[in-house]
Amino acid sequence: MSVAQKTRHYILENILFTDDESVMNDSYSFLEMGIIDSTGILELIYFLEEEFGVKVDDTEMIPENLDSIDNIAAFVTKKRTQATET
Amino acid sequence: MTESPILSARVLNLDCGREVKKIATSLRDALASRLHRRGLVVAISGGIDSSVSAALSVQAIGAKKVFGLLLPEKDSSPESLSLGKKLAEQLGITYLVQDIGPALEAIGCYQWRDEAIKSEFPDFTPEWKSKIRISGGAEGRYNRFLLVVQSPAGEVSEKPLGLKTYLQIVAATSYKQRIRKTIEYFHADRLNYAVVGTPNRLEYDQGFFVKNGDGSADVKPISHLYKSQVYQLAEHLGIAGEIRRATPTTDTYSLPQGQDEFYFSLPYKEMDIALWAYNHHVATAGLAQFLGVSEEAAQAIYKDIETKRTTTRYLHMPPVMVEPVTEINI
Repeated sequence: MSVAQKTRHYILENILFTDDESVMNDSYSFLEMGIIDSTGILELIYFLEEEFGVKVDDTEMIPENLDSIDNIAAFVTKKRTQATET
Repeated sequence: MTESPILSARVLNLDCGREVKKIATSLRDALASRLHRRGLVVAISGGIDSSVSAALSVQAIGAKKVFGLLLPEKDSSPESLSLGKKLAEQLGITYLVQDIGPALEAIGCYQWRDEAIKSEFPDFTPEWKSKIRISGGAEGRYNRFLLVVQSPAGEVSEKPLGLKTYLQIVAATSYKQRIRKTIEYFHADRLNYAVVGTPNRLEYDQGFFVKNGDGSADVKPISHLYKSQVYQLAEHLGIAGEIRRATPTTDTYSLPQGQDEFYFSLPYKEMDIALWAYNHHVATAGLAQFLGVSEEAAQAIYKDIETKRTTTRYLHMPPVMVEPVTEINI
């Protein structure tokens, strides 16, 4: 499964309590949807760190990296690429 | 398009005499017509908000019908207790001091908290001190919580908190506000009084309270007032200078913790203006100019206000019901 698929599955199962994929698309802003609060962000980071082995630094905790499935997929991919290059 | 109001500290100026009358009338009306209780219980922390709330209660219904509670525990400052006692005596109200430390000990508050701290700092013992501080919101990032500890030798270390540790520390610490509220309601029931909640507008709006803890009350006399306005009322009501000059703290963690480092992204005077500006649709350029920060920084402050308002909505919510029970109209 891709990063986007795994993240979507995580959000549907643990936050929205549904398996109906039509309730959100990958570009939806979590903040605008009102589904992620400050604890939700910590949960999301915990999920990303556990699932994809990436470390989210303080400076990376911005909506551009974490506020939608698209943003997360791009962020995780970038982090993994950086890790392979170093 | 309407012109953006010009910001100045004067926007928060209160007509204190009129405000006191308005609040006193509202408290009397609430007791007489809605709550049907005969007096008010106020927990006094020694801080500005509870001091002003207690003084307003006395203004509304007289000292004889106000019961004060001072509820220290081992992490609250002895200074707060002494200020609280002085206030109660100055107001001439009956009050009781109850150390809630043994109740917190028995319920596991300190044990759960320390266990979580030890998972981050294995050398931590009850002799160490600790606090949580917030970071990120004012810089346009998501807020992250950092755990700060101090060893008995005075060495300070800090770490960003992971999910489980953060939740456990906050849950354990919230026992303090919830145990206090349980005691407030015991006395309210015993006396047939109502419980006064003491959040100011910043705390109420931004969700800086514990659900079913300090967020719970029958009346909230200052929840519409910005903190700077609470200070104006304090002066008007003759609250002692030592209370008015003290730096606002949470008085919840063993290390001194300013409210701005725990929750708000700015010191209260600036936070007040920022919230007022946000509520009155002042353009970010106006806020930036007033605070002497970049427009980007002002934008981040507005965003932080908006995010906190949205994400703490749960704290204000009554229980969700499957269907309304229409026969019950409150």
